[in-house]
Amino acid sequence: MNYFVIGYYALLILGSCLAAYFQKRQAFLLLFSLTLASFIMGIVGGEPALWAVTVGAGLLALAGGVAYAFREFLVILLPTESAKAMRTAPLTAGFGLFVIFTYAVAGIFAPIIAPFGEAEIIASSFAPADEVMLLGADQLGRDMFSRIVYGARNTVGLALMATILAFLMGAIAGLLAATKGGKFDQFMGRLADVIMSIPSLIFALLLLSIFGTNIAIIVIIIALIYAPRVFRLARAVAGNVVVMDYIEAARLRGEGMWYLIRKEILPNSTAPLVAEFGLEFCFVFLLVAGLSFLGLGIQPPTADWGSMVRENATLISFGDITPLIPAGAIALLTVAVNFVVDWMLHRSSGLKE
Amino acid sequence: MGDVVRIVLTRLGLGLVTLLIISILIFGAVELLPGDVAEAVLGMGATEENVANWREKLGLNRPAPVRYLEWLAGAVTGDFGISYISESPVIEAIGPRFANTLFLALYAACIAVPIAIILGVLVALFRNTVFDRVANVLTLTSISSPEFFLGYILILYLSVKTGYFPAIAKLSDGMSFTETLHRTFLPALTMVLVVVAHMMRMTRATIINLLASPYIEMARLKGTPAWKVIVKHALPNSWAPIINVVALNLAYLITGVVLVEVVFVYPGIGQLLVDAVTKRDFPIVQACCLIFAATFILLNLAADVGAILTNPRLRHPK
Repeated sequence: MNYFVIGYYALLILGSCLAAYFQKRQAFLLLFSLTLASFIMGIVGGEPALWAVTVGAGLLALAGGVAYAFREFLVILLPTESAKAMRTAPLTAGFGLFVIFTYAVAGIFAPIIAPFGEAEIIASSFAPADEVMLLGADQLGRDMFSRIVYGARNTVGLALMATILAFLMGAIAGLLAATKGGKFDQFMGRLADVIMSIPSLIFALLLLSIFGTNIAIIVIIIALIYAPRVFRLARAVAGNVVVMDYIEAARLRGEGMWYLIRKEILPNSTAPLVAEFGLEFCFVFLLVAGLSFLGLGIQPPTADWGSMVRENATLISFGDITPLIPAGAIALLTVAVNFVVDWMLHRSSGLKE
Repeated sequence: MGDVVRIVLTRLGLGLVTLLIISILIFGAVELLPGDVAEAVLGMGATEENVANWREKLGLNRPAPVRYLEWLAGAVTGDFGISYISESPVIEAIGPRFANTLFLALYAACIAVPIAIILGVLVALFRNTVFDRVANVLTLTSISSPEFFLGYILILYLSVKTGYFPAIAKLSDGMSFTETLHRTFLPALTMVLVVVAHMMRMTRATIINLLASPYIEMARLKGTPAWKVIVKHALPNSWAPIINVVALNLAYLITGVVLVEVVFVYPGIGQLLVDAVTKRDFPIVQACCLIFAATFILLNLAADVGAILTNPRLRHPK
């Protein structure tokens, strides 16, 4: 027993007592179950396990603080209408927005932020971190930090392009199918069924083995694989709108198809489509990362998170966490987008609670 | 029961048709190669004569539909042709590896399914509490992480730093069953983490939807005790969605193994596929894709059939 362990339990028990006294039921439950869990973890894992819990709680608190600050920041900056929505947003959504913002800045200003070029060899391979190289060097002696920053541009950029393309194709086809109906609708529906019944990673591998791994080809293939999901959603959402009276009225006025889609259907189906865009981006991003990890995505020397994990994977057997950094970057962005999507879905849909 | 048999048969037929279309896609995709297979595999340096020889050997001079039918007929009997690289029958490479992959998926499923369903139901019952929120954040994080991230974290903490489990899931003949389970624990755990998160969220959503239905409210208003509401009214109606959730996630398990197998150097079909893709060994790529697609469709079919069998309402489509 040392001071850390005593302090740890004292703080937890004090916290739960305070929560119980002030009738904060949820906080009490959380704190007290953490205390009980700590007993077990302390016995099994010893002091390091308790340290891990402390560090975890600290990180969580930090993330919460950042999320809170960023949310308040947005509330002040945004116009009244969206500020109102922002104020009621959960902290997770604030955190998600903050992460997305950070990645966007890193991606857009990559050449300014990164101290070295993405393919520049500046040290011996696997050189450890120092003042110049914040995260050390990779297997060829390139600066890891610079490559991570450039990766924000390359990997996220590619995923974003593919998502936008998939979205355009899927949404347009879906809206058309819902408006037109009939044979076109049937045909597109069956086509989407077939594409969706092949697992996406497998389909991507098949097509990439045939057409090679060129960036344009990757974007088109991924867009093709994910367009059917958007198509289904767009068709379902638009299908609900098409039967409305105001569509009938517009049809009787003699409005054309494009007018109907653009002015009547689209504005009434934006919310679910925007949420779907976020979800779609997550899927595409994970697929892109997976393909690069397998060596079939963006080709070297372009910095890319997936291939960076693969190239530095050997380091993991020496207990070095370098390969986890790009992988963590991928996970963090996907989590962030998911948090935001979760919030938007909650706001826009009738999810039963 | 006649109705049920008819509906199940219809579903089976539909699944077969889908599989047929997919087989055309898989075969046709290779036909789309610029030039043809012989030129693509042999590369730029090949002589005219060499290419012609290859065409002769693979029978590429005959029309595509004929070759497709031959390929399909072979595939049905388990003969997927000859690998371009190793020049041995594809089935020899695929057979044992497919068994390994199935073993890994089954292993993960045995751990994941009970945990996920129990946790999912618990979270649904305690919805909107702190535990629900924590579970929500944790599952979202797990779903959002690429498999290789989870895999390497597990390797770092459970293998390199503590040495509980081996980092490389190498299998050899004559290994005892417990030894195999120990060796393949980390890849299985990686998949469990992802699948449990998915299943928990889906189970939670279905149970919450269910508890919001009018007949549950009616049962409560009648004064039925809480446990009886769950066991008598909610559970019989939740089998169909839960079977659906399980089957969908098993389908994910079978296909999501590719990345996990590469991380842990596990001798499964996923790794074979990735190797074949980089070497452009098309017969193996085609065979793997067909097997993956067939498994995927089969499990989705199982989900449909399971739903029909447990939910009488689905037997009489409007």
